Amino acid sequence: MISIKGLRKVYTSDNKKLTAVDDLTLDIENGEIFGVIGYSGAGKSTFIRLLNRLEEPTAGNIIIDKQEITSLTKNELRAARKEIGMIFQHFNLLWSRTVEDNISFPLEIAGVTKEKRVKKVQELIDLVGLSGREKAYPSQLSGGQKQRVGIARALANNPKVLLCDEATSALDPETTNAILDLLVDINKKLGLTVILITHEMNVIRKICNRVAVMEKGKIVEQGNVLDLFSHPKKNVTKKFVAQLMEPGSEDGTEDIENLLNNVNHDGILLRLRFIGESTNHTLISQLAKKFPIDINILQGKITQTQTGGFGTLITQFIGNDKEISNAVEFIRNETSVEVEVIRNAN
Amino acid sequence: MLTNIKMEDIWFATYETFYMTIIALIGTAIIGIILGLLLYLTSKDGIWENTILNVIVASIVNIFRAIPFIILILLLFPFTNFLIGTIRGPSAALPALIIGSAPFYARLAEIAFREVDKGVIEAAKSMGAKTSTIIFKVLIPESKPALVSGLTVTAIALIGYTAMAGVIGAGGLGDYAYFYGFQRRQFDVVLLCTVLILIIVFIFQFIGDFISNKMDKR
Repeated sequence: MISIKGLRKVYTSDNKKLTAVDDLTLDIENGEIFGVIGYSGAGKSTFIRLLNRLEEPTAGNIIIDKQEITSLTKNELRAARKEIGMIFQHFNLLWSRTVEDNISFPLEIAGVTKEKRVKKVQELIDLVGLSGREKAYPSQLSGGQKQRVGIARALANNPKVLLCDEATSALDPETTNAILDLLVDINKKLGLTVILITHEMNVIRKICNRVAVMEKGKIVEQGNVLDLFSHPKKNVTKKFVAQLMEPGSEDGTEDIENLLNNVNHDGILLRLRFIGESTNHTLISQLAKKFPIDINILQGKITQTQTGGFGTLITQFIGNDKEISNAVEFIRNETSVEVEVIRNAN
Repeated sequence: MLTNIKMEDIWFATYETFYMTIIALIGTAIIGIILGLLLYLTSKDGIWENTILNVIVASIVNIFRAIPFIILILLLFPFTNFLIGTIRGPSAALPALIIGSAPFYARLAEIAFREVDKGVIEAAKSMGAKTSTIIFKVLIPESKPALVSGLTVTAIALIGYTAMAGVIGAGGLGDYAYFYGFQRRQFDVVLLCTVLILIIVFIFQFIGDFISNKMDKR
């Protein structure tokens, strides 16, 4: 669907060169929700603007739906942009227009007749759940409602791709969830390919199928959300995952050390890593029934992503050494849960 | 008090002042917005970024703003004579009034366009909008309250200009106050003309504020 090769953007000012996007290659499949995560300054905002050439690439090419965006003339580009919807962090609505007129704007640009516009606008208002607010001005709406208008506006010309530029970063957590649900809903209903950039791990976790991690203009790691979350390789990725798994500490290590010092020295400490379907299994109760050991859960969090749950539990197994090692063997051999021994029996 | 007043003359002078102000205001709005747009669009990072054109337009605007109005009228006599066929009367004042106030309004319009959220323009671009669409459907509608309040300020300056033009024969309340009031030592005429001009100023201020507030949906 979208194929990006060797994409590069260099800004030159006062003879200084700044490479915002550096030799980026990426393939995005039809109908998926693809997330790009990175800290501010990683180049993700530039990256998403390169896709519809709001920023002109310095090098590389972009193919969206068999059309090479990077080689289009100005006029062709304008036509192509009608097929690529975009929503923004600060919504970017026209304050001088009502909700319905804002949604109607891209249709006016595309030269749609008045009758068709009215019909389409009403459909979109219903789709994003803004019925009854047609005549309101943006200043009379809440942040979440403004973003709904933004989404409706982006969908007006039936695009194949939706670009989301930090679409939920200006919203509170509850509103963020509602907007994310709406995006998933639209993705499923309309079969739209969604590319979003964010610095919030929660957004990636909730709606993305695949994710790329950006740092200093490069994609340092990419893949299926579950795989990436459960086996982060690069430090940035680990930091992001820790943010999600162990709230309260930046990288999570502090908590573990604390835990090790404060827990009594009976038995062994294990980190159980649940990925995908394994989260559905009744592991702990099975262990308790099968082996004469005590299991103490010290810390843990299981969270859901679009392709299944994942998470870790830090547990203490107390009892006969042999029974404990049998239990660990059982987990290793019979289940898909990964085991890591944090501290052995003394 | 008020013994020297001929009301029908006063009313005619008031009409002439209104005539000059309103026609000149329309001309100023059109030329000012065009110049303001040029200044905005050709500036750095603008849609038509063009340093040379920007410098040319900015120079014209600055030069005409710098010339004192009374001198501008004298300078424009040949041009006015060519255009209107006379250098006397309210219509003959119009070229000088418009050329004197349009550059001032152009700067106010430029500021109004700069206030338009860059993100909204980016959003319009992302929808495939042409530059003309961005100008007429984004820039101008989104800056309307500021354009109108700038026009109000300009209108009040224009009323002052019409009075100055009056002294060299343009007609209107300034003309009447000078020739019938000052030169004939009829101070009550000067006073009445002042009051009428103040009323005209208040009317323009009130209407301008009202429209600007009405348009502002922010």
